[in-house]
Amino acid sequence: MAVTLSEKAAKHVASYMVKRGKGIGLRLGVRTSGCSGVAYKLEFVDVADPDDVEFESHGVKVLIDAKSLPYLDGTELDYTREGLSEGFKFNNPNVKDACGCGESFNV
Amino acid sequence: MALLQIAEPGESPAPHQQKLAVGIDLGTTNSLVATVRSGLSTVISDELGRPLLPSVVHYHADGSSEVGYEAQSRQAIDPRNVIASVKRFMGRGIRDIAHRESMPYEFEDAPGMVRLRTAAGVKSPVEISADILRTLRVRAEASLGGQLVGAVITVPAYFDDAQRQATKDAAKLAGLSVLRLLNEPTAAAIAYGLDNAAEGVYAVYDLGGGTFDISILNLSKGVFEVMSTGGDSALGGDDFDQRIFCWILEAAKLKPLSIEDARLLLTCAREAKEYLTPHGVAPITARLNSGEVVDLKLTTEIFTEISQTLVAKTIQPVKKALRDAALSVADVKGVVMVGGATRMPQIQRAVGAFFKQEPLNNLDPDKVVALGAAMQANLLAGNRAAGDDWLLLDVIPLSLGLETMGGLVEKIIPRNSTIPIARAQAFTTFRDGQTALAVHVVQGERELVSDCRSLARFELRGIPPMVAGAARIRVAFQVDADGLLAVSARETTAGVEANIVVKPSYGLSDDEIASMLKDSMAHTKDDALRRALKEAQVEAQRLIEAVQSALKSDGDLLTNEQRARIEDAIAKLQTTALGENRRHITLAMDDLEGETKEFAARRMDKSIRRAFAGKNIDELASSPDSSKSLEEPA
Repeated sequence: MAVTLSEKAAKHVASYMVKRGKGIGLRLGVRTSGCSGVAYKLEFVDVADPDDVEFESHGVKVLIDAKSLPYLDGTELDYTREGLSEGFKFNNPNVKDACGCGESFNV
Repeated sequence: MALLQIAEPGESPAPHQQKLAVGIDLGTTNSLVATVRSGLSTVISDELGRPLLPSVVHYHADGSSEVGYEAQSRQAIDPRNVIASVKRFMGRGIRDIAHRESMPYEFEDAPGMVRLRTAAGVKSPVEISADILRTLRVRAEASLGGQLVGAVITVPAYFDDAQRQATKDAAKLAGLSVLRLLNEPTAAAIAYGLDNAAEGVYAVYDLGGGTFDISILNLSKGVFEVMSTGGDSALGGDDFDQRIFCWILEAAKLKPLSIEDARLLLTCAREAKEYLTPHGVAPITARLNSGEVVDLKLTTEIFTEISQTLVAKTIQPVKKALRDAALSVADVKGVVMVGGATRMPQIQRAVGAFFKQEPLNNLDPDKVVALGAAMQANLLAGNRAAGDDWLLLDVIPLSLGLETMGGLVEKIIPRNSTIPIARAQAFTTFRDGQTALAVHVVQGERELVSDCRSLARFELRGIPPMVAGAARIRVAFQVDADGLLAVSARETTAGVEANIVVKPSYGLSDDEIASMLKDSMAHTKDDALRRALKEAQVEAQRLIEAVQSALKSDGDLLTNEQRARIEDAIAKLQTTALGENRRHITLAMDDLEGETKEFAARRMDKSIRRAFAGKNIDELASSPDSSKSLEEPA
């Protein structure tokens, strides 16, 4: 079981954290909603939950709640630029079917 | 596929529900668009990584247009169809535009706002600004991967109602929903104030390409308040280029230049200015078309010396703004630097020396306004984090009021009041049986209507006929958060109401505001005297009309001799009231009142008898009082 950040993603997260001035790491998660069933969650973390599973990737602490982990296992979070747009992208091997915009998916 | 941004804890947006909002700095020279990404305000660059968009539009004969660097590069080739600095024409009539003859554009007079004739047809400044805003919207939507819910657009603190309305119209035309118009200095303070989470009084020193603005802001308990504003609409970084240009001419002993050579040297001057800031010495070399060669070294010392008077010129408005806010230098907790020209070390030093502290300059002065606007947009769009629940207050630059009898101004909302604001005052009728009245809304500091700016007029009709002074008309002024004014008048007994939203046909320039303020200070004593005279004249007229109407209804109570003496006193007062001597008017009024004392007593007896006879005395009880009265519509 593992979830990782690409080097580029880790660099961006680290710099956002410095500018934000607080926080212990990055939370990845899923919740049920959206047009294809499950949607990603991507948040800063100020306080860890007891049922969080912790990973460390390129110096950034990644926290995932135990319920979300099966949906995300093996995921690599990348930071990319597509045309003018830039942001984070989940490369998730569990996804069978995603909605057109990629904000929600099915397993 | 949409790319994700990091949200605050517990605030991941639901899919397809992230609200995309931007802040736009619609500048005279350059414009920018910024947004909050992963909790951080960032400027959105174009596909070549350039953050600025030159505010320049090039129109073609086939109706198409382009905006930005490409248009800017065509300025010399097609000057008539390349429109730059359109912000200066926003909400302006043709007569408001200074140095019109020196501009390459073909102006066309139109009601309300000037138009420009281009190859693509006649364009209004609103349409041209909309083209700039549309380019920024497309850039933002491509970058954020979705449609924008709205934008916060910044305007100079000095912009009047017409200019603000024109900016809103341009946004609508560009397909943007305006969440709010925000004063530029306030946007800069947001960018700094929130990042540093500091409370207190701040000065925002904004030296742009062609304008200088100073604003005094107060940040306390999460509330922003603009306490005063000031500036110089014809002072900016370009003037510093001009000083270097003149120095080159003198130092290189050049003969009068051709237009091309002058343009070349002006570019050299600007480059030298920008190079000087980080390097301390800048070489200036150029080969002119005339064959002459320029080879000079500009040092920081020389530049400081030749630009000394310009730097000093920015300090005067700063002092005045502090005075307006009733503050001293010691009250100012921080100074925010805005505008590329504030990078110059002599500016930093002069501002630091005046305020006795290092100015804040850790944000890019070109971007700081857009960054603050983006933060505000993010909040207004509803993407707010807990504890970010702050308000924003701005002030109106000139007092708002209305015309009362005799052409006097009654101020309803004083200058520098924080907006949004609503104020109401009661007015009354001037004549017996007056069923309509005229409301004339004016803006300015002077006591007489003729010295102030007329904003709007409307009429309230359907007032039930009553004796003069009996009607109660409540006039309410309301200025919304965008600085737009709505005025309503309501007669309380009959409930009739009339109102107007002020979109003045055209507004005031910075210079006009500045000179109106100056005028009001220079004329304070004059104005007070003129006001007193006018008031006496109005009072005299009121007395004459009251006596005449009494003569008409109860003239039979008088002997012929008494009547003749009263009429004589009326005639005398009428002549004196036309004159300029307030004392004489007061004396003549006393005379008339003396002559009518007996008459008044007899009328009183008569009405008491009438009352005992069971008649309604309501009409008699409502005698004229001290409420200011409004004239009947012509």
